Amino acid sequence: MREITYLEAIREAIWQVMKEDGDVFLIGEDIAEYGGAFGVSVGMLEEFGKERVRNTPISEDAIIGVAVGSAITGMRPIAEIMFSDFITIAMDEITNQAAKIRYMFGGKAKVPMVIRAAGGGGTGAAAQHSQSLEALVTHIPGLKVVMPSCPYDAKGLLIAAINDDNPVIFLEHKLLYKNKRYIQHVPEEIYEVPLGLADVKRKGKDITIVATSFMVHKSLEAASILKNENDIECEVVDLRTLRPLDIDTILSSLEKTGKIVCIEEACSFGGYMGEVAAQVAEKGFDLLDAPVLRIAGKNCPVPYSLVLEQEMIPGTERIKKDILQVMNMA
Amino acid sequence: MIQKKDYAIIDGHKIRNYFKELDPEIKIEMLKKMYEIRHFEDRTEQFIIRGQIHGTCHLYIGEEATAVGAIYAIEKKDYITSTHRGHGHCIAKGANIDIMMAELLGKKTGYCKGKGGSMHIADVTTGNLGANGIVGGSIDIATGAGLTCKIKEKGKIVVCFFGDGAANRGNFHGALNMASIWDLPVVYICENNNYGMSMPVKESFNIGKISDRKFSYGIEGLTIDGNDLVEVYNTAHHFADYCRTGKGPVLIESLTYRWKGHSKNDAQIYRSREEVKSWMKKDPIPRYKKFLFDEDILTEEEDRKLENEVIEELALAVKFAEESPFPDPGTVEEDVYA
Repeated sequence: MREITYLEAIREAIWQVMKEDGDVFLIGEDIAEYGGAFGVSVGMLEEFGKERVRNTPISEDAIIGVAVGSAITGMRPIAEIMFSDFITIAMDEITNQAAKIRYMFGGKAKVPMVIRAAGGGGTGAAAQHSQSLEALVTHIPGLKVVMPSCPYDAKGLLIAAINDDNPVIFLEHKLLYKNKRYIQHVPEEIYEVPLGLADVKRKGKDITIVATSFMVHKSLEAASILKNENDIECEVVDLRTLRPLDIDTILSSLEKTGKIVCIEEACSFGGYMGEVAAQVAEKGFDLLDAPVLRIAGKNCPVPYSLVLEQEMIPGTERIKKDILQVMNMA
Repeated sequence: MIQKKDYAIIDGHKIRNYFKELDPEIKIEMLKKMYEIRHFEDRTEQFIIRGQIHGTCHLYIGEEATAVGAIYAIEKKDYITSTHRGHGHCIAKGANIDIMMAELLGKKTGYCKGKGGSMHIADVTTGNLGANGIVGGSIDIATGAGLTCKIKEKGKIVVCFFGDGAANRGNFHGALNMASIWDLPVVYICENNNYGMSMPVKESFNIGKISDRKFSYGIEGLTIDGNDLVEVYNTAHHFADYCRTGKGPVLIESLTYRWKGHSKNDAQIYRSREEVKSWMKKDPIPRYKKFLFDEDILTEEEDRKLENEVIEELALAVKFAEESPFPDPGTVEEDVYA
């Protein structure tokens, strides 16, 4: 069985859908000869030509606006925003246009487009190239938001996102792209992982960990240490899709464990996991044996120096320590 | 000046008098459309004054020749994008005034089922990609529609309306630059009505003509009299053909004037009554009407009849809107996702 990287899975998803659907095209900065800043679209210019692999000037607002205009007139654009930090330049187009056109027009238009962007820290790229800005977009009705953690999910979710008739923000993690540690068997054929469905990445009976993207791997590492050192069995729920949220999978895990921690790389204040914690409190209060705990980035920009960056972003040690704290509260 | 020759030089461009070749019925229909817009907006203003409109509206009175001239110059299959001051563009593109009025009153029968209001009227099926509440918001959307035309709907073009204020948004640059490097078939029409809300054009631009921005993109462009229906029609026709043949985008600046305040609440202390009056003398409707009389296309009696028809149609639209039900509150979360 072949195993491929997260990046290869993403490339394969786009490649296969573009082979099948002539309305799908790529638009973004340095995606042609250069192959995208992280190499996702390497080879695509040769395969699909410059009409469908549209290299743009540095104009994030126009990239998204043009994608919106082409989507409402029948195309299915995949826009690449090089670093997810740069979606802020296109926030009008994302928030006021893409997300709202269908509603404002009384349901008489659709905006089938995907915005792919690389997020997350751990690369020493500092404050403007390391953020996890998912909370900015999960807050907006009309958008779907996806954050895959592994190659299998990345391929299936991206195909589902491209085939979805809504604007989907697809946030990839830089540390997952090429790292051989995270390679996985990925079927060669086209398949979809449905949007809005969480996945239990590790089964356990003692505590539920809710995480997304790279934090799923940190959670799995912590879970394995906690099993070995403390005989605590963590159940790791990978949300995969942040909006719509699969609260049911979280609640059924909680039913079993009675304890829950929500882990995110973004800074905690106003972060996405606050929503998860709130819904757990609203819908699963009776299931809780201990308070809901969030483990998140510190409330500062992502710093440059390695020691500071490691302090800011949750790591395995901190996750382990916080989980032990929750276990002691129960 | 409205011209009778076969060609005219408009801001340095030799432009054919396509208007002259039109059937008289179409020429009269264009007058009727201008009446429709004028009376629709008059009626809307009355609703606003009486507090019968829940939100705000931006009236197009005084600018009718630009929407009607430009939209009559393109084909039915072509796309348009509009602005917050969008009623005129919608009506010219063939929107149903009953359904428009119902939307303004927030009714279930409106274009957006009461979810959009004045600033979001759209009719994608007829190529109207929508008004837009964000100044300049439609500029890159129009450019994207232009990309669709280039990739898979060859022969179609887009007319993108926006105001002078929008020309200073960053996305104006991003979108026009992209359209120019890709030769997209978009006619950008900047309706220079002299004010971005209260900000006068003379204070917000350091160039005399907004159309001079064409030099930055290496595209064609010119400034025209936006209150001269024939000049707007001929120029738009000329450049629509130009775009249709794959020569790339153009930037037309259409000089006009907004008679009314920016929106519902505007004391208009930033401009003088004399200035408004001087522009009211350049009203595009009597100007065009006089031309039709002089050319023996229309008599004064026929004109009165035409305007009365419009007034009656509008009364029916108001009746339809007023009698229509409000949306069911239970539908509030519908239409968020496809």
